[in-house]
Amino acid sequence: MSVTQPLVEVQNLKKYFPVTSGLFLQRKVGMVRAVDGVSFIINRGETLGLVGESGCGKTTAGRTLLGLYPATAGVVRIDGHDICSAKGRELLSIRRKAQMIFQDPYASLNPRWTVNAIVSEPLRVHKLIKNNKERSERVKELMGLVGLSGRLVNRFPHEFSGGQRQRIGVARALASEPLFIVCDEPISALDVSIQAQVVNLLEDLQDQFGLTYLFIAHDLSMVRHICDRVAVMYLGVIVELAERNELYEHYLHPYTRALLSAVPIPDPKKDRARQRIILTGDVPSPIHPPEGCRFHPRCPLAGEECRINDPQWREAAPGHWVACHKV
Amino acid sequence: MTKILEVNDLMTRFHTTEGMVYAVNGISFHLDEGETLAVVGESGCGKSVTMMSILRLLPMPPAQIAGGTAIYLGQDLLKIPDHEMEHNIRGKEIAMIFQDPMTSLNPVLTIGKQITESLRTHMFMDQAAAERRAVELLEMVGLSDARQRLKAYPHQFSGGMRQRVMIAMALACNPSILIADEPTTALDVTIQAQIVELVIRLREQIHMAIIWITHNLGVVAGLADRVNVMYAGYIVEEANVEDIYEDPSHPYTNALLAALPRVDRRRDRRLKSIAGAPPSLLVEPHGCPFAPRCEYVVERCGMETPRLTPVGRDHAIACWVDIKTGAQR
Amino acid sequence: MAKRGIPDPQPALSKIEGPVSALDELETPILTLSQLAWRRFRRHKMAVAGVIILILLVAYCIGGAFIFSESYANHTDTSLRLQPPAAEHPFGTDTTGRDILARTIYGGQISLLIGLTAMILEITVGVLIGAVTGFFGGWLDNILMRFTEAVLIVPQIFLLLVMAKFFGGNVPNIVFLGREFSGSVIVIVFIIGLTAWPYTARIVRAQFLSIKENEFILAARATGTSTWGIIFRHILPNSIAPIVVAATLGVANAITLEAYISFLGLGVRPPTATWGNMLEGAYNYIDQGVYWLWLFPGLLILFIVLSINFVGDGLRDALDPRSRAV
Ligand SMILES: Nc1ncnc2c1ncn2[C@@H]1O[C@H](COP(=O)(O)OP(=O)(O)OP(=O)(O)O)[C@@H](O)[C@H]1O
Ligand SMILES: Nc1ncnc2c1ncn2[C@@H]1O[C@H](COP(=O)(O)OP(=O)(O)OP(=O)(O)O)[C@@H](O)[C@H]1O
Ligand SMILES: [Mg+2]
Ligand SMILES: [Mg+2]
Repeated sequence: MSVTQPLVEVQNLKKYFPVTSGLFLQRKVGMVRAVDGVSFIINRGETLGLVGESGCGKTTAGRTLLGLYPATAGVVRIDGHDICSAKGRELLSIRRKAQMIFQDPYASLNPRWTVNAIVSEPLRVHKLIKNNKERSERVKELMGLVGLSGRLVNRFPHEFSGGQRQRIGVARALASEPLFIVCDEPISALDVSIQAQVVNLLEDLQDQFGLTYLFIAHDLSMVRHICDRVAVMYLGVIVELAERNELYEHYLHPYTRALLSAVPIPDPKKDRARQRIILTGDVPSPIHPPEGCRFHPRCPLAGEECRINDPQWREAAPGHWVACHKV
Repeated sequence: MTKILEVNDLMTRFHTTEGMVYAVNGISFHLDEGETLAVVGESGCGKSVTMMSILRLLPMPPAQIAGGTAIYLGQDLLKIPDHEMEHNIRGKEIAMIFQDPMTSLNPVLTIGKQITESLRTHMFMDQAAAERRAVELLEMVGLSDARQRLKAYPHQFSGGMRQRVMIAMALACNPSILIADEPTTALDVTIQAQIVELVIRLREQIHMAIIWITHNLGVVAGLADRVNVMYAGYIVEEANVEDIYEDPSHPYTNALLAALPRVDRRRDRRLKSIAGAPPSLLVEPHGCPFAPRCEYVVERCGMETPRLTPVGRDHAIACWVDIKTGAQR
Repeated sequence: MAKRGIPDPQPALSKIEGPVSALDELETPILTLSQLAWRRFRRHKMAVAGVIILILLVAYCIGGAFIFSESYANHTDTSLRLQPPAAEHPFGTDTTGRDILARTIYGGQISLLIGLTAMILEITVGVLIGAVTGFFGGWLDNILMRFTEAVLIVPQIFLLLVMAKFFGGNVPNIVFLGREFSGSVIVIVFIIGLTAWPYTARIVRAQFLSIKENEFILAARATGTSTWGIIFRHILPNSIAPIVVAATLGVANAITLEAYISFLGLGVRPPTATWGNMLEGAYNYIDQGVYWLWLFPGLLILFIVLSINFVGDGLRDALDPRSRAV
């Protein structure tokens, strides 16, 4: 494969939310450092997984990346355009190329719109198809693409099951023919038997259209299945990033190790035989993240150095990046 | 092993404006002393309704228990008087942890108040004794600073901590059966592992029987002794935990396992998904409920509902077809 | 594109699992949201009764005008004053001998007109201010909400009285729908409309505050929908239920308010009749056994306000997307 320019470049992206108090004058009393300096690239046609505990900043990273939250600092380039400084027409063109699939198939569809209106919204907004009739034709086509019958376009979201609603979300994301889709836990809310339907759909669409995904999840087994490379996030920073089999078989960071050991294996003998590393203590508050390495209060390997210095982000093996003093 | 709970042919329905909801359609299972039984099935298949029927927690109407028995130590829980249920069974002999740790704690009462409350009504303890026991319980579920935590309100706890408080409350009266309704579904993997670990430890300490409800077959592999797989208000397979994973004999169980990706294996195949969705419970069940989505379906499946029949030691399935040979039973 | 080294045997799209069948097979026709709303509304017995009473009242006010002329309604004949109900004057006559039946008809027109226009004014202002404050927040919200609260704190009736006194009599008469209306009607409409909007604004603001946090709004932004598109196409339709309820209550409220101020002698100027100033005219005679002076306009006000309230109740349930029972 020839070296091409990556589709998405993220450099030192930060997103802080102000914590305010007071009834009248909203005084800022602190900052939630939801995303605190993450950098990665996503190549064309690749799926990058982003995993981590609840509240570690995955959703915030995904949304800031698409410019849905204004970034506090950092640069995001999607297909060469800087999304943080883009405005007006340029922003609209990036929005067309970069789409999002939401975690909650119940909350992310307007309950008062028909499926037709929902899926055709991108077509209308980007003036891709002006004629109403052609637009409905295209909607039906998109519905077919995600495995739903075109006859259902006049229904309302509440008339569908969770898996079907997630497909409608996928159809909407595909409508503007994007290059890149941020999938924010697209399957967490679904039943196991339906999860596979949606994952297979995403894979098929990628094969057909050469899509690029950022796949956010906390289910590490699904991530191993669908992603090419995986980034592990902890408290607003990425602690390890590697090609998937490399990460799952030769993980380096103690947090990755704990995370992996917590995933249940559907095989009683194997599951009982393996050694679990149960993380003790709670996830520290992102308002006052620990000094030094953020993981040190819960880390079994933590030493003096970890309490003082931020570990460096380094390439421990080709393509395998990690931030830890001890490995 | 003695059976501590035996449920026979339980049927629960709801009368709603849209029609009758056939939520539980003749379920039979048993629970041995000290064992852990997992109940697995998709959302809406009737897992919660089964347990709530046994504990008579469903609002009636709309709910109606249309038939069956639930024998706990010789008495039928579906027949005993209400006050008997309230004072001697629920929360004392059989404790339940609910699906959502967020909504099952009262937000305006301290944790301490909520734990001591049940100790005082069921165990007739005075306030001081109840408080001592509450601290003991919180320590048992692994919360540090237990004494201070008694004064805390639920919102000051994280999801995992709240679920531990729920467990502590459930254990307060030394129940002989603990029913845990998807206690980890709302939590992420690391917290889920903590809770599973905690329950394994407590089970050894207290020696109680556990019914663990979940929709993810992966979670119970390391925890359960036996597994019941439910689908659309029926139990379709019942087996020892090893058999379920190594020798799944019902097409549904088989499909569920094939749909699970494995963290310990390299990707070697497309996930096998089950086409379609579970049937509407508004229609009176007719034939095998899984037939419309089943790849082994034969003509008989649409006409007769298969009953749970043994296929091996402690292993029963409800299916007309032997999925290994393709032969009909 | 053998990206994973394991090429899929066929181009995969043909293999995507087919549509979920359960919904497809349902033979029920597809209903639009308004059809659904109508179905739910229909089940609300009181609301349906309210609609019927409303239609009858409107027919009464409009149809009646074909039987009696306005000059007849305003015709005074002191020799006929305070006649009890009889065949000649079914509702009796008032203190200057005018026919009460004819006056309730023309007064009803005014009352309905006041109710509707004041409501439109109130809803327009309230929705605009509520939408802007709720959606944009920040200093704009702070300023506008403080202003709204200021308007709320001053008792509405007091404001009305002051404004009625101040503007009353300075506005020329207008002709509308072939009928001349006293300028005081316009004044009343404006002062009611301009004092009642804070309630609507607060409701709309609360709606906007909660709806804008929904994920589908974020989804719309991710799609590239403009801010105004989000406000008018996404959020407003989702807050329609409480707005409609506020609107129906607004009509009832305006009619009663007009009755209040007319009762206090500051409302629509005679000889133009309204149900309110007819009641006012009855005030001094309440203990003299001439019940027909206050009974008929009073009953009409009661009917219209009650029926509008019932309709509002029904609409609230019918338009709530969460009440799914059909
Ligand atoms: N709009 C906001 N205002 C203030 N704080 C926020 C906001 N959104 C997120 N946060 C905080 O930022 C942190 C990261 O949140 P985020 O939703 O990105 O986590 P996540 O990794 O997606 O978690 P989950 O797996 O539960 O979805 C959390 O501590 C959260 O409380
Ligand atoms: N009060 C009720 N009225 C009508 N139907 C009900 C009621 N409660 C439950 N049901 C129906 O009974 C069926 C079984 O519900 P139940 O809560 O047992 O599912 P579950 O297996 O626990 O699912 P989950 O995994 O989502 O908790 C569902 O189809 C549900 O819609
Ligand atoms: Mg998230
Ligand atoms: Mg349940």
